[in-house]
Amino acid sequence: MIPNCPEGTTFRAESNIMRKEELLLKKKKKMTPKAKREAIWGFVFIAPTIIGLLILNYYPIIDTVWQSFCKTGDFGIGNTFIGLNNYIKLIHDSEVFSTLWNSFKYAILSLPLTVSISLVLAVLLNRKMRGRGLYRTVYFLPMVCAPAAIAMVWRWMFNQDYGLLNHIFNAKISWVTDPTIALIAIVIVGVWSAIGYDMILLLGGLQDIPKDYYEAASIDGSSGVHAFFRITIPLLSPMLFFIIQTGIMGALQLFDLPFMIMDQSSRAWPKVKTITYLFYEYAFEKSNRGYGAAIIMFLILIISVITFILQKTEKKWVHYD
Amino acid sequence: MGWKAKKNLTAVVIQCIMIIGAVIMITPFIWMLLTAVKTKSESISVNPFYIFPGGSWHFENFVQVWNSYNFLILYKNTLLMIALRVLCACLTATLAGYAFARLKFPGKNFFFAIVLVQMMVPGQIYIIPQYLMVSKLHIMNTQFALLLPGAVTAFGTYLCKQGYQSLPASLEEAAELDGCNIGQRFLHVMMPLTRSSLVSLGIFTALFAYKDLMWPMIVCPKSDATTLTAALSRLQGQFGNNYPQLMAGAVMAVIPMLVLYLIFQKQFVEGIATSGGKL
Repeated sequence: MIPNCPEGTTFRAESNIMRKEELLLKKKKKMTPKAKREAIWGFVFIAPTIIGLLILNYYPIIDTVWQSFCKTGDFGIGNTFIGLNNYIKLIHDSEVFSTLWNSFKYAILSLPLTVSISLVLAVLLNRKMRGRGLYRTVYFLPMVCAPAAIAMVWRWMFNQDYGLLNHIFNAKISWVTDPTIALIAIVIVGVWSAIGYDMILLLGGLQDIPKDYYEAASIDGSSGVHAFFRITIPLLSPMLFFIIQTGIMGALQLFDLPFMIMDQSSRAWPKVKTITYLFYEYAFEKSNRGYGAAIIMFLILIISVITFILQKTEKKWVHYD
Repeated sequence: MGWKAKKNLTAVVIQCIMIIGAVIMITPFIWMLLTAVKTKSESISVNPFYIFPGGSWHFENFVQVWNSYNFLILYKNTLLMIALRVLCACLTATLAGYAFARLKFPGKNFFFAIVLVQMMVPGQIYIIPQYLMVSKLHIMNTQFALLLPGAVTAFGTYLCKQGYQSLPASLEEAAELDGCNIGQRFLHVMMPLTRSSLVSLGIFTALFAYKDLMWPMIVCPKSDATTLTAALSRLQGQFGNNYPQLMAGAVMAVIPMLVLYLIFQKQFVEGIATSGGKL
């Protein structure tokens, strides 16, 4: 969901230069007519985007924060300020923590699988071989399908009595109704949907690694697995970092897959219900927007902490040229 | 074993792995198609690998789902939403991206920070107030409601800015010497050269809009105002365990994008991969 910029570092350097330029401009005080014209063009060009962002995104941020301190009136009308009450209710609400834990479990189970499978596929595909373009097309297929449709198909594949999976394995596994394995079913669909996309990203990263690195390494007598861990992984680490970071965010914001695959009346539902679904439920089904807003603020706090930790540890294992 | 034989063996093993993977990727799609042309009793009684269970395919499921859900309107809604969002996003983003990359104006860093911060905040924080806006403006169940969150794009602005930055400055200087003003330089010289970032942004926006479930479910609950994706969630409620009909609905929902993808594969794959956007 969140587009991210892997090259955050170049930015900072760039904005420093811009700041210097601006200081110079300020020293001159008066703008030349040409500079004035340029500034007017600049403002006209950014106006739609900036005004749109202020109305559609910045006002909502403030409004959500405000609502998280309010009690929503009956039938979802009106707000009454109640201070921290929503947050106090939240930290005593076991459902918030169980759904958050479900989202985390989904991330912990799906991310290593997705990353390792797509990495292997990318390495295998990174060579001249027959059918390369076809494989790329096929593995990428789930990316262009609505998750709602994918979820419906998998729900049918998982069907206990007539589903394809139980047919193939000749088993009677209750994939989506057994509380202990329901989450695994969701993870299977999540991994299946994501590997094509991550594989393409990693393939792009692999193609940027100069071939002479491997040649030099093989002269030094290192190849195969050794070269993979000494050359491929370090040079791929910025891309891996990007995939892991966006993967964690995506997992914590998971909504459509569990919602479409599972029956909300099933006994397994509490084991796969995600925190984003809990937010949706309070904000739009129970018309308790105040509490919904508090839940989303809580989730954003968690995501910020994780992002912060990731950024801090980034330098330890991510190699930039 | 000689070097060449070993190399051949490796190639065979890799091909096997890739084929197994491809079969796993494609099986759900085939299963979806095969189920959609069965009757309900066939779908729960016959061995799933029979391709012609009752001697022939049944296309009634498509007709029934089409009629009871008015897919024509769903297609129209979805297409219009995608077209409007792509148009708005590309237009506003390419303008702003050009200004941020190429023009000098006071407060540029501050305004760019506004763009960057929006990219970092998880999307759900906007939903409640955006929904309240839609309901106060009385545009629930309309195209405007579907368009609203996608009208401008911080991510697209960033993407376009990078596109403009990669162009050499000499191009613009030449145009300036020829007497072009900034608007002409943008329109005739620079924008056409960033076509690839615009294509990326367009594909990304289209896919994002097409796949989104929560927003259309909230602002367009009426079945004749909603999108394909959101209609699927209702379909499940209505047809329950009639999987052939559900699959027929799913096929009709995924086919348009699938066909587009198969035609414009290269642009899709590269556009999404190079934009670095997470769907």
